[in-house]
Amino acid sequence: MLRLERRPTPSTVMSYVSPLIAAACMLVTGFLLFSALGKDPVEAFYLFFVKPVSTSYGIGELLLKTTPLLLCGVGLALGFRANVWNIGAEGQLTMGAIAGGGVALWFGDSDSSLAMPLMLLAGILGGMAWAAIPAFLRTRFNTNEILVTLMLVYISQLVLSWLVHGPWRDPEGQNYPQSQGFGDAETMAALISGTRVTWGIVYALGLALVAWIFSQKTFAGFRMQVAGLAPAAAAYAGFSERRNIWIALLLCGAAAGLAGICEVAGPIGRLQQQISPGYGFAAIIVAWIGRLHPIGVIFGALLMSLLYLGGESAQMGMGLPSAITGLFQGLLLFYLLAADLFINFRLKRVETAAAKPAAPAAPAEAAA
Amino acid sequence: MDQPEFEDLKPRLVLTGITKRYPSVVANDDVSLSVRPGEIHAVLGENGAGKSTLMKIIYGVTKPDAGTILWNGQYEAITAPAQARRLGIGMVFQHFSLFETLTVWENIALALDEHIPTVQLAARITEVSEKYGLPIDPYRLVHSMSVGERQRVEIVRCLLQEPKLLIMDEPTSVLTPQAVLILFKTLRRLASEGCSILYISHKLDEIRALCDTATVLRGGRVSGSAIPRNETNESLARLMIGGELAECHLAPRVPQEVRLEVDHLSLASPDPFGTTLKDICLEVRSGEILGIAGVSGNGQKELMATLSGERLSPDGSMIKLMGQPVGTLNPAKRRAHGLTFVPEERLGRGAVPPMSLAYNALLTGARYGMVQQGLILPGVMRTFSKSVIDRFRVKCGNEQSVASSLSGGNLQKYIVGRETMLQPKMMIVAQPTWGVDVGAAQLIRQALIDLRDQRVGLLVISEELDELFSISDRIAVLAGGRLSPSVRPAETSIEQIGTWMSGKFGDGASDARPVAASRKEAVNA
Repeated sequence: MLRLERRPTPSTVMSYVSPLIAAACMLVTGFLLFSALGKDPVEAFYLFFVKPVSTSYGIGELLLKTTPLLLCGVGLALGFRANVWNIGAEGQLTMGAIAGGGVALWFGDSDSSLAMPLMLLAGILGGMAWAAIPAFLRTRFNTNEILVTLMLVYISQLVLSWLVHGPWRDPEGQNYPQSQGFGDAETMAALISGTRVTWGIVYALGLALVAWIFSQKTFAGFRMQVAGLAPAAAAYAGFSERRNIWIALLLCGAAAGLAGICEVAGPIGRLQQQISPGYGFAAIIVAWIGRLHPIGVIFGALLMSLLYLGGESAQMGMGLPSAITGLFQGLLLFYLLAADLFINFRLKRVETAAAKPAAPAAPAEAAA
Repeated sequence: MDQPEFEDLKPRLVLTGITKRYPSVVANDDVSLSVRPGEIHAVLGENGAGKSTLMKIIYGVTKPDAGTILWNGQYEAITAPAQARRLGIGMVFQHFSLFETLTVWENIALALDEHIPTVQLAARITEVSEKYGLPIDPYRLVHSMSVGERQRVEIVRCLLQEPKLLIMDEPTSVLTPQAVLILFKTLRRLASEGCSILYISHKLDEIRALCDTATVLRGGRVSGSAIPRNETNESLARLMIGGELAECHLAPRVPQEVRLEVDHLSLASPDPFGTTLKDICLEVRSGEILGIAGVSGNGQKELMATLSGERLSPDGSMIKLMGQPVGTLNPAKRRAHGLTFVPEERLGRGAVPPMSLAYNALLTGARYGMVQQGLILPGVMRTFSKSVIDRFRVKCGNEQSVASSLSGGNLQKYIVGRETMLQPKMMIVAQPTWGVDVGAAQLIRQALIDLRDQRVGLLVISEELDELFSISDRIAVLAGGRLSPSVRPAETSIEQIGTWMSGKFGDGASDARPVAASRKEAVNA
């Protein structure tokens, strides 16, 4: 019989190696899976992990998809470290897209240089406003932010759906549920010609850097970390729990909102019913793979982005179903959680009592 | 029980050459000891002497680097607590391992290797706890219990498994004098039934009263063994600390202006099992120590939380610091008024376990130059931390060691040191020397007295009467959420305080008296 037993001293090294182990296990499982499906695993691997990034356009796509994952991942990591379990980055992203997209539509084809800054600002504020709802409910009524943020995801998607089916629908769009395309001044230009990657990736990398400085060097970051590690110590020191919840949610809302507007003002170029293939949810995995460390999250976001690209490439190249992306994401999270468990616990073989050699000594002892 | 009874019995447990090295310290260095059935064997030593590590090795929590364990004449490699329990070894830890959100019986059921139906288990808990004079309600939730009550749960949990060797790590630190006597009766009874007991402590009187034999550890090595009955406190202390004990000296002082004033504070506990504070009045002046005695669970936790600001009062003027109403301010804002405080719970409240000592200085010391324009100044933080470590002789690697790696007493030295060096005008300390060895306790008490002599006002909540008698200018008792009048130690006796501890200090009179009495004293002084 096997049993889990707490390790006396969890290894710090292993907590950093664990994402690598998880990624390796994911690859092995993928290999077996492809073989079982009767596909050539080597070719599948090439299609999944190499081909998408073998061209400069591919690298651009990688960075493009990294952008929203990194923005949301960094925001979530800050919150998770402070024990604030916001899992609704997807909703905050959607709201950022709606708010920023609304500003873009208001500007129409205007080539005002104010358009882009105002769109980005509106996107950030939209995400923050959406995150303010769970923050208010949690601090005022002690509601559970996991449930509230999750439910707000669906509400935000329905709001977007109503807008693109109703008031914001493009009159010349042949009844497609989408808005008019944004004007040139309302669209983010490519950062590198020949690719679709925008300034968004620079904002995302900048945010990761700022978040790293915030969590390592500032007192506010320290307060959030204490709240996550030892809530009683935070209360003892007088760090306000409310302020902590507000900061964590608003920061993540802002980052996710920025991700949203960067998506619609970048590669999409308009508002439409579907603007994110679950970036906000995948960012939860990204945050954990990055060990909730802003710099680690960069690597997590790159890996997750590659999974998205690889999934598409495998669909096109080998006719694999679209579920392949979700499958790999799931494998990665599953193995990561498993590997993390073994940082704190180890498997122990437990002998059954009857097999114990020392058993005969016991009765004699009782007599004495 | 006399020695001859078990002298010819074969030893139950023999440790030989046990060695355990940690990266920064050798916790055990070639330690050997032997315990016979029915023997109460003391393991005596200062904090960091390696007592807890040795016990964890016996209990299978920690693996020794070298050495052998002989159990009932057989070599055993004890690799897990479950194995230790199967062999018949039970342990009551200094830091309790209970789930706070579960009830007493649920906690106990989790630790049992066999399954017992709830009703039966609850009945057994009640039966065993009453048999050994440690009554507990099996259906109570652990989070609502005081430290003293939680210890009972731990002890009863071990006793249910009918151990052949019971390890007690600093068991009396949370008990009243009466409760200690009951515990001793329990332990003697267990010993007479053939159970061996390893009794870890640094309280010399207790060891001399209870234990048959003693092994003394110093710096991880055995510095001697003794028959405690034939020793004096001084001779045992010499073995333990390698020197003489210093005495506290409380020079008479005239208290000055009022630093802390609590005016008719009544506050219901939000916790259904908590204690309601009833009409508490007290004042602490500059340059005096007010000691608050009482068994924990009588409102100590609630009073501490209300004074620190972790719980807010309905009316700001119920609590005044330096004359300013602070009852509705949070702890950080009260600190800004010159208050510092040391909580009873060290790991997790007084310190963040996985953070370094340096960062734990930042926890409450941010205002003292460690933060500039929102940015942490690591240099200032580390320097402050180092000076606390030096001044309070905290045994640790360095200021980068994580808080959870320190022994309980060393962490307490660090926390008391930190709060002391933040230059308070008023300091509140709960259980300053709980689980702390004599040398360290002496250091902490002297630090409190030094603060008093620098005209800081101090409020000390403690369960140790000896301690309060030796450091307090005035003593009051908290019982059932009410505070007794305060008296000078010289004008009272342990007996009177003991009576007050049971809540008998006159009902109507207690409402108005405490403040009035202390004012009169101040005038007289």
